[in-house]
Amino acid sequence: MATQHSITIKAGGSEKDYWKDLWLNKQLLWILSKRDLSVRYKQTLLGVAWSVLRPLMTMTVMVFVYSYVAKLKADPGIPYPLMVLGGLTIWTFFANTFTQISNSILINHNLVSKVYFPRLLMPLSSVAVGFVDFLITFGIYLVVTVIFQTPISWQVVFLPCFILLTFITSMGFGLFFAVLNVRFRDIGQLIPFMVQVGMYVCPVAYPSSLVKGTWYEKYYNLNPLVGIIDGFRWCLLGSKSYFNPQSLYSTVITSSIILVISLIYFRKKENTFVDHI
Amino acid sequence: MSVIVAENISKKYIIDHQRKNGSSGLRDIVTDTVDKLFRKQEKNGFAEKEEFWALQDVNFSIDKGDRIGIVGHNGAGKSTLLKIMSRITEPTTGQIKIDGRIASLLEVGTGFHPELTGRENIFLNGAILGMSKGEIRESFDAIVDFAGVEKFLDTPVKRYSSGMYVRLGFAIAAHLNPEILIVDEVLAVGDTEFQKKCLGKMRDVSESGRTLLFVSHNLTAIQALCNKSFYFEKGRLIDQGDTTHIVTNYLSKVSQKSLEKHWDNIESAPGNDQVRVKSFKLFPEYQDDLNHIDVRTPINFQFEFWNLVEGASLNLSMHLYTFTGECIFNVGTPAENFGKGLVRGTCEIPGNFLNDGSYVVSMMIVKDTSTVLYNMEEALVFDIEDYRENVTWYGKWPGYIRPQLNFSIRQSEHVVND
Repeated sequence: MATQHSITIKAGGSEKDYWKDLWLNKQLLWILSKRDLSVRYKQTLLGVAWSVLRPLMTMTVMVFVYSYVAKLKADPGIPYPLMVLGGLTIWTFFANTFTQISNSILINHNLVSKVYFPRLLMPLSSVAVGFVDFLITFGIYLVVTVIFQTPISWQVVFLPCFILLTFITSMGFGLFFAVLNVRFRDIGQLIPFMVQVGMYVCPVAYPSSLVKGTWYEKYYNLNPLVGIIDGFRWCLLGSKSYFNPQSLYSTVITSSIILVISLIYFRKKENTFVDHI
Repeated sequence: MSVIVAENISKKYIIDHQRKNGSSGLRDIVTDTVDKLFRKQEKNGFAEKEEFWALQDVNFSIDKGDRIGIVGHNGAGKSTLLKIMSRITEPTTGQIKIDGRIASLLEVGTGFHPELTGRENIFLNGAILGMSKGEIRESFDAIVDFAGVEKFLDTPVKRYSSGMYVRLGFAIAAHLNPEILIVDEVLAVGDTEFQKKCLGKMRDVSESGRTLLFVSHNLTAIQALCNKSFYFEKGRLIDQGDTTHIVTNYLSKVSQKSLEKHWDNIESAPGNDQVRVKSFKLFPEYQDDLNHIDVRTPINFQFEFWNLVEGASLNLSMHLYTFTGECIFNVGTPAENFGKGLVRGTCEIPGNFLNDGSYVVSMMIVKDTSTVLYNMEEALVFDIEDYRENVTWYGKWPGYIRPQLNFSIRQSEHVVND
């Protein structure tokens, strides 16, 4: 709640000071993130081990079901478990951050109704937990790489770009739903469902080379997550992993547009969150 | 020099009459829209949604170093004003210019996380209230000392007693160093010890030349702390000025407030085909010239209704609630058989019985000592002001009732020192 020394409060908010305010409150962003991280596994028996166990178990089940039972194949030259784990790593990052951002305002409702700070801090700080989980899953991926003796390819230098893209995409979708969630609690029901369906729609358990050449390919590529997941795997597994640059363009364009729209929407609504919460 | 200037502040809320709770689900919106599409003509302009102005055209300016008390009844717009000034919600129209670092304390321990330790929560809450990490570190020992929680610093606050929790919350807030401090009814919580500390700290703030805005129902505290006051009624700032003047004005308005309800037309009076309410009145036996109800004032109730059924066995049952809805007592009359006509019930609540606060009365007409014929909920609302003699303590007197019992103290034995 650190604010400048002179403010004007009026309908529509004080537009010009907002980003400065956000910057002044960076310490609060850090503290809120730290809070979310430190309460994460309080009063659990296994603690942080959950962050390791969950992706490992999901991967094992998916490998068994899709590879052994359903006989899905990865792109030639790539071990199926590595493909799944790569896809799972980035998909889970997206799914977690998206869910947390969407719920961030409601979870912090006690703050919303009692104290002012730029509301954007809440979705921003909620990303921390997802990001730490991502780093842990990524660590597991590296270990599995050693087991399968598949070296990381040089394209890994582009990895940060895709992480950033994932962040932008989850922010774009998440902010929009965070605002709606304040007004309509239905969103809370909808989000787990969207995440569940999303995992099948996106190329997590199968390579998107299976979609190549079909009539629906161009629609399929409109999904910004396709470019992200394929790109992420391409960074790790090299050009053996299928990656259609077209899907990347669509990711960059749709994600940026969605982010801008969501930001405008969020800014427009944030000053009256308390009236609806 | 004015540090706060408010011009034409208004705040509108939309009240949705159909729904019990404020936030409507998506389903409601969908069904409503479908409803409206197909049954447009039936609704013929009946307002389902009503505009409610929590604040209307409020103008004021506050000088540096002023200590402003804000008084008014529940729903007068005091808290809405504080929320707007704290930037928690925005006004519908108008603007407020504020010069200086502002901190608002609308709740004690905002954002405390139950799973975090006292130490962690000090940093969390401090940051939320706008202190930098350096500032928190500097005052850390003072905060811990003030709250008296040294031993429990590394215990999660969910294990704290409610008293410790509140003390820690206030200790942090007390070490804020703003130029303008906004405080809402925080004194309403916590034990008397805490309230004393809290008031003392606020007096320090006001004496150090900072600007203070203080909302409270505790007029004694307002008189002790504030040099100027604002009086709000129904969303409007109806009077401002010297605290003594405002408080007197407020108290006289309270007692002039209609303490009765009556219906002249028996057809439209509340009730049914067996009974109709005629009137419900409250007669205080004022104990002072100002004509306001305080804790000493005996209060008489008179309730009249028409009995429309010959030979009905009826009795009355009266509930008294606090403003927050807790029932303090329920009293009933014996049942009697009545002929058609007017029936009158009276009841007296003695003086020196209820504590200060706002009270709500509801009256039931009961048939055959078992069937509720008519229940008049929230029939009357009245306030009891504080009154104290020979007490130099301003905190909120705890409890719902404040009876004078035979409680005495005397020296039972002298110890003679040689």
